[in-house]
Amino acid sequence: MSGEQATKRPTLEELKERKAQTRRRLERTGEILTLSMGPQHPSTHGVYRAELDLDGEVIVAARPEIGNLHRGLEKLCEHRTYHQIIPLTDRLDYISGFAMNHAFCEAAEKLMGVEVPPRGRYIRTIAHELSRIANHILWLGVHVMDLGTQTFFCICFRDREYVLDLFEMLCGARLTHSFARIGGVAKDLPDGFEHRCRKVIDFIPKRVAEYERIIKHNRIYYKRTKGVGIFTAEDCYAWRVTGPPLRAAGVARDLRKDEPYAAYDEVEFEVAVEYNADVYDRFLVRMKEIRESCKIIRQCLDNLPDGPFLAPDAGHALPLKKNVLRDPAAMIQDFYQVFYGPQVPKGEVYRAIEVPKGELGVYIRSEGGPKPARVHFATPSFYHAQAVPALVEGEMLADMVAIFASVDIVLGDCDR
Amino acid sequence: MSDAIAQLIFLIIKAVLIPLVIVLIVAFAIYFERKFAGFFQSRVGPTYLGPWGCLQSFGDILKLLSKEDVTPDQADKPVFRLAPYIAFLPAFLVMAVLPFGPVGGEPNLFGYRFDYVIANFDAGLMLFLALGALGVYGVLLAGWSSHNNYSLLGGLRAGAQMISYELAMGFSVVGVMLLAGSMNLVDIVNAQAGNFWNWYFIPQIVGGLVFFVASIAELNRTPFDLPEGEQELVAGYLTEYSGMRWGMFLFAEYVNMVVISAITATLYLGGWRAPLEVLSFIPGPIWLFLKICVLIFLYMWIRWTIFRYRYNQLMAIGWKVLVPLSLANLAVTAVVISLVS
Repeated sequence: MSGEQATKRPTLEELKERKAQTRRRLERTGEILTLSMGPQHPSTHGVYRAELDLDGEVIVAARPEIGNLHRGLEKLCEHRTYHQIIPLTDRLDYISGFAMNHAFCEAAEKLMGVEVPPRGRYIRTIAHELSRIANHILWLGVHVMDLGTQTFFCICFRDREYVLDLFEMLCGARLTHSFARIGGVAKDLPDGFEHRCRKVIDFIPKRVAEYERIIKHNRIYYKRTKGVGIFTAEDCYAWRVTGPPLRAAGVARDLRKDEPYAAYDEVEFEVAVEYNADVYDRFLVRMKEIRESCKIIRQCLDNLPDGPFLAPDAGHALPLKKNVLRDPAAMIQDFYQVFYGPQVPKGEVYRAIEVPKGELGVYIRSEGGPKPARVHFATPSFYHAQAVPALVEGEMLADMVAIFASVDIVLGDCDR
Repeated sequence: MSDAIAQLIFLIIKAVLIPLVIVLIVAFAIYFERKFAGFFQSRVGPTYLGPWGCLQSFGDILKLLSKEDVTPDQADKPVFRLAPYIAFLPAFLVMAVLPFGPVGGEPNLFGYRFDYVIANFDAGLMLFLALGALGVYGVLLAGWSSHNNYSLLGGLRAGAQMISYELAMGFSVVGVMLLAGSMNLVDIVNAQAGNFWNWYFIPQIVGGLVFFVASIAELNRTPFDLPEGEQELVAGYLTEYSGMRWGMFLFAEYVNMVVISAITATLYLGGWRAPLEVLSFIPGPIWLFLKICVLIFLYMWIRWTIFRYRYNQLMAIGWKVLVPLSLANLAVTAVVISLVS
């Protein structure tokens, strides 16, 4: 199916009928080729496997298989205190680790009723947006590599390094940050961070302009992505596809705006929206989001309030590390939090925040005590992975990789 | 020593020397490909073996030779083993008709006439096209015999692609044939004698561009590297190959690259001739070598810069753009020649 045909989207009935016809014809003639794509494949972004039925180069049916990276994360959470769960969440979507920490902490704080001090909220916002920039730049690199050019991948990796360096400065880790804490963040901004961060966020929009100059007007990129993998707003609702793919379909839904958390209601930014719902527009949306993220970080740095960055809440939060050996109360709090855990009331909570890949919902059920009874992560990658067959059926094999990359899936996030 | 015996000795020397030189060029082409890729990607490329890593290809060959040669259980074994050779040989054979210096004329070496060509063959251009068409068999058979769906798809893509682009390539060289009035590559180079504005890339600019694009497709390089499109087909027709058999496919690809660059230079860039008459004190082989280097660099530049086409787009470009363009070029050339003469 060529790009011109794909832009005129047939109705669902027509599509079903056409699919059934093809299927019948192919089953009659036995001309179907079943291709097992993955779990080891250069562009399945991890260990995703899809069984594709091919008619020549056209995909007639796709059957996804996930779970190859299942590590029992949700079960592990049931045996850990709330503080100990934070490092586990890093391993969900390891591309944007901080966003995962943040989501869990937001949910846990809602359950415990902890108020995060303003400085903590601002630092969280900065770190979250940095992880969004890192995620989108990496996404661009691998997406473009899936379309056959490797040089651009290296350019993207080089630029992502600057953001990772900032993370290293912030918390010592480059990928698995574990930087958020219940009630705030682990550390204050280090000396010199602000200066370096400003340099990076001045630099990144220039790089984004360069990416756009290289890619946006590239004829081959345009031909490969325009009108490919169309997923309208209705489709997105039906499959619970969120984040950039939904915004590329013309829906201005962004939890940062709609249900603000951290410091998002105190900064000004625009929700990136495009209307064609194809791979090309998902690229445009992500580029806009990088620019908006830089704007958000700049505002946060300008208006960074003074005060504590971690809630002085003896029942739920950890004390400041520097006070532990000096202040008896802090020492008791430290012992209590580390050896017992936070005191959590009975109840259940669901909190969704906008992580780079979409909406990450965290559900926690507590029966009292320091450990949750059940934790569930409604991760965007999982829902995006299940929508892949609906996205790729009727498209060509080469488009499968482009579409698969365009919805941005990380298998660690999907399989948990 | 009679002239016939001298010619025979020269022939043997040329037949041994030229493939050796090609192999050397290929080894360094692979090294430079990696080095350039490194520079384009803000890396350094190979650095360990030899000064600036320039012996990397020889190390790679040793490594490939010492690797286990795996043949899949269900593969069509004789075909699977033969395919690399089929891909490998035609590329070399084209070198026989390629002039790399002046042919005929006065005795120039120890009182004997040394022709800078192995075979002064009248249908040289035809031989090039025919052997180019044979090259597809290696790829197609490799894909077919591997008993792997990725290989099969890669082989089929290669077959369709190479046959489609051969057409455009064939039509575009007819223009040169008309201008030179010969299919002998020696005559074609001689017809481009003089300064660089006598070269055929000026009257044949459209045909030359079509030939260049089609040659990229013939070489299976980006943006037309669909037969081995890594992100879609893992390694395409090469998926099941390992060790030296894989190395031979790689080698064949680069030999093809050198040969097609040499042919492009011969047809459109004056072959071994110097760009200006005053520079013709530098021997012909060196000029040809420089032209090959420039063209190879172009191929590499393109490969590390742009995206890959989709399969249907590739076919559309071949049939809807390149073939009509080359036909129009042919018609215009024919009309102009008949009007002028």
